Amino acid sequence: MDLVTFRSTVLVILFITFCVLVFWAWSPKRKQAFEEAAQLAVEDDLPKDETDETKETQP
Amino acid sequence: MSNQETYDDKVVRQFAVMTVVWGIVGMLVGVVIAAQMLFPILNFDIPWLTFSRLRPLHTNAVIFAFGGSALMGTSYYVVQRTCHAGLFMPKLAGFTFWGWMLIIVAAAITLPLGITQGKEYAELEWPIDIAIAIVWISYGVVFFGTIVKRKVEHIYVANWFYGAFIITVAVLHIFNNLAIPITWTKSYPIYSGAVDAMVQWWYGHNAVGFFLTAGFLGMMYYFVPKRAERPVYSYRLSIVHFWALISTYMWAGPHHLNYTSLPDWVQSVGMVFSLILLAPSWGGMINGMMTLSGAWHKLRTDPVLKMMIVALSFYGMSTFEGPMMAIKTVNALSHYTDWTIGHVHSGALGWVAMMTMGSLYVLIPRLYGKRDMYSIKLIDVHFWLSTIGVVLYIASMWVAGVMQGLMWRAFNDDGTLTYTFIESISATYPYYAIRLLGGTMFFFGMLIMAYNVYKTIKGSQAVSIVVPKPA
Repeated sequence: MDLVTFRSTVLVILFITFCVLVFWAWSPKRKQAFEEAAQLAVEDDLPKDETDETKETQP
Repeated sequence: MSNQETYDDKVVRQFAVMTVVWGIVGMLVGVVIAAQMLFPILNFDIPWLTFSRLRPLHTNAVIFAFGGSALMGTSYYVVQRTCHAGLFMPKLAGFTFWGWMLIIVAAAITLPLGITQGKEYAELEWPIDIAIAIVWISYGVVFFGTIVKRKVEHIYVANWFYGAFIITVAVLHIFNNLAIPITWTKSYPIYSGAVDAMVQWWYGHNAVGFFLTAGFLGMMYYFVPKRAERPVYSYRLSIVHFWALISTYMWAGPHHLNYTSLPDWVQSVGMVFSLILLAPSWGGMINGMMTLSGAWHKLRTDPVLKMMIVALSFYGMSTFEGPMMAIKTVNALSHYTDWTIGHVHSGALGWVAMMTMGSLYVLIPRLYGKRDMYSIKLIDVHFWLSTIGVVLYIASMWVAGVMQGLMWRAFNDDGTLTYTFIESISATYPYYAIRLLGGTMFFFGMLIMAYNVYKTIKGSQAVSIVVPKPA
């Protein structure tokens, strides 16, 4: 394989890989799993009774 | 004994506090060397205090001591919270803390003594390099071990970024520091000439790409949603962001070697990949900012969120500026001037430091069972000092850099240079003064943060947080 064919092949493979990635990320089947995953950052693990009073007094 | 597992937050507390301490130390050294540029007498003719030795001390302290502590501390916190599991091998995690601190102290001793490999951001000599490799691999074992023992199905996106950062930095560090020791304090790299330069900047640019970007994006993907109390704008975009960013960054290094003896085609590869990087970088920036979509009002009252959003703005600015500077014709003007210094600080102060400070303001009170810092007002003061400080810094260095570049390339009709080098230096003095002012403001912001952290921690108990039971 000459260099130009090799380069072109790599480019096409990378482009297809990217398209597959985008397709996978936006596939409706994955929607719920991703939404659940996104919640992992917002769940609150501080015990409710130990919260200090500053939060409540903030305007 | 209680059968409830709790999170291992001791090491997180240690790293969080030391982040503030090393931030102050590293930025103080930065202020000192900025003052030396303005008043060269400030090296007092003492070899240990010369710019050439303090400059690597500054970069190592802010990147690896301040940034490294922040990344290790937050990653230990985030990986536990998003995996619903305590740390894997908590004693090994404790070892990574003490090992990292020892390495920083070793750096602070050897660099002023002039013991250096002479590679930018990889100055530390081989015994310290081996220690870094050992601590770093231990860090990876703890981090990935925790992911393996996770109780939730999904691996949250922040962990992907932290994980890529840990693996890549291990590879970069080990390969760039392969050297043949001559004595305990001197070694020679196994590479030579243009190959050595290429390996160095493959390392150097990916230190930016993975240490200062991927790691801090991990921080962003956890702490911005946390503080905004809403999930990230688009989880799907974050996945594309991750894979696009890490597969592109790896090839951008040659832009540091434009117009050198590096083969021309390699320079072009570096330039093109740098330009492509704009897309994933801005994808990530937009994803972070749009997390506040529908909750913009929070910016009015919450200086922590303001800090994070400004950090993302600086991320967007510097990832636009970077690709532009990688274009060879622009690089012909900007390279070797203070524009580069301005660009680095737009990223390092604007993005990295401000994202770290914002995240610490969320993290530190939580580690002590509180929801907020001692004083919100002082966070606001810190925010304004930092923001104005960065703007003064980068604006002065832009002007200085463009001016230097234009002066250096100016020719007379007979082909001689219009300006001597020293003329360009003396023309830069006013901008060095403005830079010193901006840097000093940023440093004072850090002192205010330290006071706020001290008041938050003082008198409060470190709390143990129970790991949630699997549903």
